[in-house]
Amino acid sequence: MKYLSLMVVIPLLGALVTAFVPKHKPKTAKIVALVVSVIVLGFTIAAAFAFEAGGDRLQLSESYPWIPQWGLRFSFAVDGIALVLIGLSAVLVPLVILASWKDADDDGTGGRRNVPTFFALILALEATMIGVFAASDVLLFYIFFEVMLVPMYFLIGSYGGPRRQYAAVKFFLYSLVGGMLMLAAVIGLWVTAKDGLGHATFDWNEIVALAQGGGIPGDLQKWLFLGFFAAFAIKAPFFPFHTWLPDAGGAAPAGAAALLVGVLDKVGTFGILRYCLPMFPEASKYFAPLAIALSLIGVLYGALLAVGQTDLKRLVAYTSISHFGFIGIGIFAFSSQAATGSVLYMVNHGLATGLLFIVVGFLVQRRGSQSIADFGGAGKALPLLSGVFFIAGMASLALPGTSPFVSEFLVLIGTFSVNKTVAILAALGMVLAAAYILWMYQRTMQGRLNPKLAELAPMKKDLSLREKVVVAPLVVLIIALGVYPKPLLDVIEPAVSSTMTDIGVSDPAPTAATGAEK
Amino acid sequence: MDSITYAPATGALSSMWLLVAIPALSATVLLLLGRRADKWGHWLGVASVLASFVLGVTYFLQLRGIDGTGNKSLSVDLFEFIHIGDLNVSVGLLFDPLTAVFVLLITGVGFLIHLYAVGYMSHDPGRRRFFAYFNLFVAAMLLLVLGDNYVMLYAGWEGVGLASYLLISFWSDRPAAATAGKKAFLINRVGDVGFALAIFLMFATFGTTNYADVFNGVLASEAGQTVSAGVLLAMGLLLLLGACGKSGQFPLQTWLPDAMEGPTPVSALIHAATMVTAGVYMIARSQVIFNANETAQTVVVSIGALTLLIGCVIGCAKDGIKRVLAYSTVSQIGYMFLAVGLGGGAYALGIIHLLAHGFFKAGLFLGAGSVMHGMKDQEDIRRFGGLWKYMRITWATFGLGYLAIIGIPPLSGFFTKDPIILAAFNREGWTGWLFGSAALLGAGLTAFYMTRLFVLTFHGRPRWQKEGEGGAHAASATDAHGAHADAHGAAIARTEDGRDIQHPHESPWIMTVPLMLLAVGSVAAGWLMSTSVVDWLTPVFGEHEEGHAHLTHTQVTIATVAVTVLGVALGYLLFRGGTSLVEQPARTHLVRAARNNLYADRFNELVFELPGRLLTRALVWVDNRGVDGIVNGLAAAFGGGSGRLRRLQTGYVRTYALSILSGAFLIVAALLAVRLG
Repeated sequence: MKYLSLMVVIPLLGALVTAFVPKHKPKTAKIVALVVSVIVLGFTIAAAFAFEAGGDRLQLSESYPWIPQWGLRFSFAVDGIALVLIGLSAVLVPLVILASWKDADDDGTGGRRNVPTFFALILALEATMIGVFAASDVLLFYIFFEVMLVPMYFLIGSYGGPRRQYAAVKFFLYSLVGGMLMLAAVIGLWVTAKDGLGHATFDWNEIVALAQGGGIPGDLQKWLFLGFFAAFAIKAPFFPFHTWLPDAGGAAPAGAAALLVGVLDKVGTFGILRYCLPMFPEASKYFAPLAIALSLIGVLYGALLAVGQTDLKRLVAYTSISHFGFIGIGIFAFSSQAATGSVLYMVNHGLATGLLFIVVGFLVQRRGSQSIADFGGAGKALPLLSGVFFIAGMASLALPGTSPFVSEFLVLIGTFSVNKTVAILAALGMVLAAAYILWMYQRTMQGRLNPKLAELAPMKKDLSLREKVVVAPLVVLIIALGVYPKPLLDVIEPAVSSTMTDIGVSDPAPTAATGAEK
Repeated sequence: MDSITYAPATGALSSMWLLVAIPALSATVLLLLGRRADKWGHWLGVASVLASFVLGVTYFLQLRGIDGTGNKSLSVDLFEFIHIGDLNVSVGLLFDPLTAVFVLLITGVGFLIHLYAVGYMSHDPGRRRFFAYFNLFVAAMLLLVLGDNYVMLYAGWEGVGLASYLLISFWSDRPAAATAGKKAFLINRVGDVGFALAIFLMFATFGTTNYADVFNGVLASEAGQTVSAGVLLAMGLLLLLGACGKSGQFPLQTWLPDAMEGPTPVSALIHAATMVTAGVYMIARSQVIFNANETAQTVVVSIGALTLLIGCVIGCAKDGIKRVLAYSTVSQIGYMFLAVGLGGGAYALGIIHLLAHGFFKAGLFLGAGSVMHGMKDQEDIRRFGGLWKYMRITWATFGLGYLAIIGIPPLSGFFTKDPIILAAFNREGWTGWLFGSAALLGAGLTAFYMTRLFVLTFHGRPRWQKEGEGGAHAASATDAHGAHADAHGAAIARTEDGRDIQHPHESPWIMTVPLMLLAVGSVAAGWLMSTSVVDWLTPVFGEHEEGHAHLTHTQVTIATVAVTVLGVALGYLLFRGGTSLVEQPARTHLVRAARNNLYADRFNELVFELPGRLLTRALVWVDNRGVDGIVNGLAAAFGGGSGRLRRLQTGYVRTYALSILSGAFLIVAALLAVRLG
C-alpha cells in the first residue's frame, strides 16, 4: 500500500474540494474537511502498523520519477522520527479543525470571512506537513519546506487577530530568508553529490552514503551545514531568530497557532536531525557547542520572557521557545538518551502546547480578549475548562505522569552524562516553567473574579460537547504516553541510534563500574 | 555492609501496586464524574484509603511472617518505563520494613484524616473535589515510598507536590490561598531540581537509577575507590536540597507556614503526618550514599539543628493557631533530619520520631481545626481562652498531643525525642556538644511555645466574648500591621465579616472520633515504637552498637525533662492570665525578627523575586526592541523591498548596538558554559 503518497494526496484533494464549496455553505466545508482529516488519520494509523519498529531505517518507501535530468524524484520514506511526527500532525489536524469550528465565522468586527477557504488551507497545510516529513529526496523536502509557508501565511494574514498583517509578513520573510540559504546549500549539495557519485541525485540515501564515505570535504561541510542550519534555526526557532514566533503565535487563530507551534516548528528540529547530522557529521560536531549555547540561551531566555508576558498567546509562544531550547540541547548533546528525548519532546510538545493553544483559544473566544489582565477568577464558573487548562499547563512544565516529563527527563539525563554544566543550567528552566505556568494560571483562573467577566454570558459556559471531544483525546494521550511511553520510544530509538552512528558518537560509559552485573 | 538484593515479591505482595492504584482510581472517578458524585463522593474517597490501609496491614503481616534470615525487601517489576541505551528504568515497587511503616502511617493516619474531613468539609460545596485531591495525594505519597528506583521516587515526589498545590490553593478564589499554593510549588520545584540533578549524577556515575544498583555501586566504589568523594558529596547534597524543599527545612522552609491557607485537614495530612516527612524518608532510603560521605552527613545534621531552632524561635512569636503548629512542624522535622544525619543507629530514631510525630501532630492540627470549627474560623490564639469548658473532647485530645510533643514521659514524644537528643550529644568530637545543646535548647523552647498555645487557647479568661470591642481592636491591629498582612490578619478580617461568634461548640462525632484515636496513638505509640519498630527496621539500617559517649542516657533524660519543665513553667506563668488582643510593639530585635519569620521571606523577596522581576521586565523590553529590531533589519536587508518592516525599525540604533553587544556577551557566556563540560 502506498501510504505516504496517499497521505499527501488525500488532504490536498480534500483541500481542493473544500475550497470549491460555495461560501454560503460553510457547514458543508467544515464537514468535508473533518472527514478528510479523519481519513488521513486512519491511513496514518494503518501506516504505523505497517512500520516495523527496529526494522530498516527507512520504510514505506515509494519513488516516482519527476525531472530525470536533475535526478529529482518524488521519493517518500519514513524513519521512526518522521513517523511519529507524521502521527502528531495527523492527530492534531482533525482536532484543530473541530476546535476552529466557529473561529472563521466572523472576524470579531462583524465582517464575514470565507469559511471554506479557511478549512481548505488547513488541509493544504496538512498535506505539506506530511510531505515535508515523508520526503526522502532533498529537493522534494526543500519544496515542501517552502510551500508549507503559503497556507500558514494566509491562515495568519487573513484569519488572525489585530496584528495579523504584520505577523504574517514577518513570518513569511523570516522563513523565506532561511529557505533561500537552504536552497543555496541544497544546490551546493547537489553539485557535490554529482561530483562524488558521478550522477545527478537528490536522493537522501545516496547522499548520506556519500557523506558517510567521507565524500564531502570538511570545509564544504561547514558551509552546507550552515545553510541548512540557518533555515532550521529560524524555523524551530532558536535564539536569536525567535522574534517572529510570538508575533505569529499571538496573531494566528488559536487552531492555526497550535499547528504552527505544535508541528510546523518541529520541521526545523526534524531537519537538523534528519539532514544536518547524517549529511554533515564533521560540521555537526564542529558547530555543536554553538548550537548548544544558542539552545541553552533559548531555554532560559524564552522562559524568563514567558514570565513577563501580558498576553496569553504570546506567553504560550515564548514557552515554546524555551522548549525548543531543550530540543536543541538534546539533539546536539550527541547521546542516545538526549537525542531520543528530543524527538519524543517534539511529539509531546506538540500535544501539550497544542492543547494549551486550543484551550487558550476557547478562553479568548469567550472573553473576546487575549490579554491576561482581562481575566481573573475565571476558574470558578468554568471548572472543566480551567481543569483542562491546568492539565495542559502541568504537561507544559513536564510534571511526571504527563508525557513531556519523559522527554525532558531523557534530554537532561542524556545531556548531563555528556556535559554537566549545560544540564545544570538547563535544569533551571524547570523552575522557571513552574513560575510562568502557575502565574499564568493564577492570573486567569484563580483569585477574585474580574467584575467584567461576570457580565459576559460566554464566560459562564463551560466546555461544550464539541470542545470536550477536542480536548479529551489530547488529555488521554498526554497521560497515557506519560505513564507508558514505550510504544513511541521503541519507534524513535532505532532511528536515533542510526543517526548517532552516522556522526560517529557513542554514549559515555558510567564513571564507576556498577554492581548491576551481579 | 553486604551488597543489597531485593527478592521478587510473592503471594499477596505481588499485588502491591493496588496500594497506589486504588486511591488513584478513586481520584479519577471523583474528578471525571463531576457534580454527579457530589452526594457520595467523599465516602468513596474514605473507602479507597481504608482499602489501601487494609491492604497495607495485609502486606505488613506477610512481611512480618518472613523469618529472621529471609530477605525482607520484596520488589515487583510492573513494566518497562524507559529503556534507551544504558538507561533502564522500570515501573517497579519495593516493600521492605521501612516502606511498610510509611505505608501504615500514610494509610492509617490518612484514613482518620479523611474521616475527619467528611465532617470538616460538610458545608463546603467543593467537598467532592477536595476528596479527589486528597486521594490523589495519598496515591502519590504511596508511590513515593513504594518505588524501587529514584525515578519512581521522583514521580511520587512531584506528584505529592502537585496534590499539595491543589489542596493549599483549594479555596483559590482567595488570593492568599492561590499565592500560597504557587509559593509551595515553586519552592518545592527548586528542591526538585536538586533531586533531579542527583538522579542524573547517579546515572552518569553508576549507569542506573535503581536503588539496589546505585547502593551496591556506592558500596563497591568505597571498597575500590572508583568514585571520588566529591561525587558522593555532590550526590548527597543534591538529594538533601530536594529533601529540604519537600520537608520545609532551611533554607527552603518558607512555603510551609504559608501552606496553612489550605483547609485544616490538609494541614494535618500533608504538612504534619506525611508529605513533609518525605525528605526524611528519602535520606533514610539513601542511607548508603550518606554513610559514604561524612561531610554530607554533617551538612544534614547542621541543617536539622539549625531548622529545629528556627522553627522554635518563630513558633514562639506567632499568634495564629495553625501558624504555631506549622513552625512546630518545621522544628520537629528538624529533629528528624538531625537524627538521620547522625547516621548509624539514629536512622531508626528519626523514623520513630517521624511516626510518633505523624500521630500527635495530626491530632494537634485536627484539634486546631475543631477549635476553629467551633469558633467560626477564628484562628488567632489571642482571641481564644477558656475553651476547655465548651469543647471537652477537643481539649483532652489536644492536651494529650501537647504533652506528647513536648516529651512528657510516658507519652510518645518522650520516647522518640529523648534518644535523638542523646544521640546528638554522643556524636564524636565537639560537634556532639554543639548539636546536643541545640536539640536540648529546642526541647525547652518547644515546651514554652506549646504551653503558650495550649494555655491561651483552652485556659484563662475567655477573650472572645466582647464582640464590638474586639472588632474595633482587630480593625486597628489590621491597620497597624497592614503592611505585612499575615494570615491572622486575614483571619480577623474573616471573623469581622461573620461578626457573630456564637457559643463555641464541640465538633460532631465524625471529627472527634479521629481525634480520640489519634490521641490514643500519641499516648501509646512512642513506647511501642521505641523498641519494636527499631528492631523491625534493623534489616534496613543494620545493627549498630553503642558508639562513643559524652553523656549517659540518664543524664540526658534528666536534662531534657528539666528544660521541658522549665519551658512549661515559664509559658504557664507568662500566659495564664491571657494576653492582650493586639500585637505589642516588639522590644527586642529577636522578637521583631521572629515575628517576621527571621526575615526569610524578605530575603527571598530581595534576592530572588525582585531581581527576577526586574530581569524579566528588562528582557521583555530588550526582546521587543533590540533583538526583534536587529533581526528585522537583517530580514529586511535580505528580503529586500519589505518596506513595511523597514519602516517599523526607525531610530533605535543605540538600542540595537546595545543589544548586539549584550547578545554577543550572552552567546560567549553560554559558549563558555558549554566548554566547561
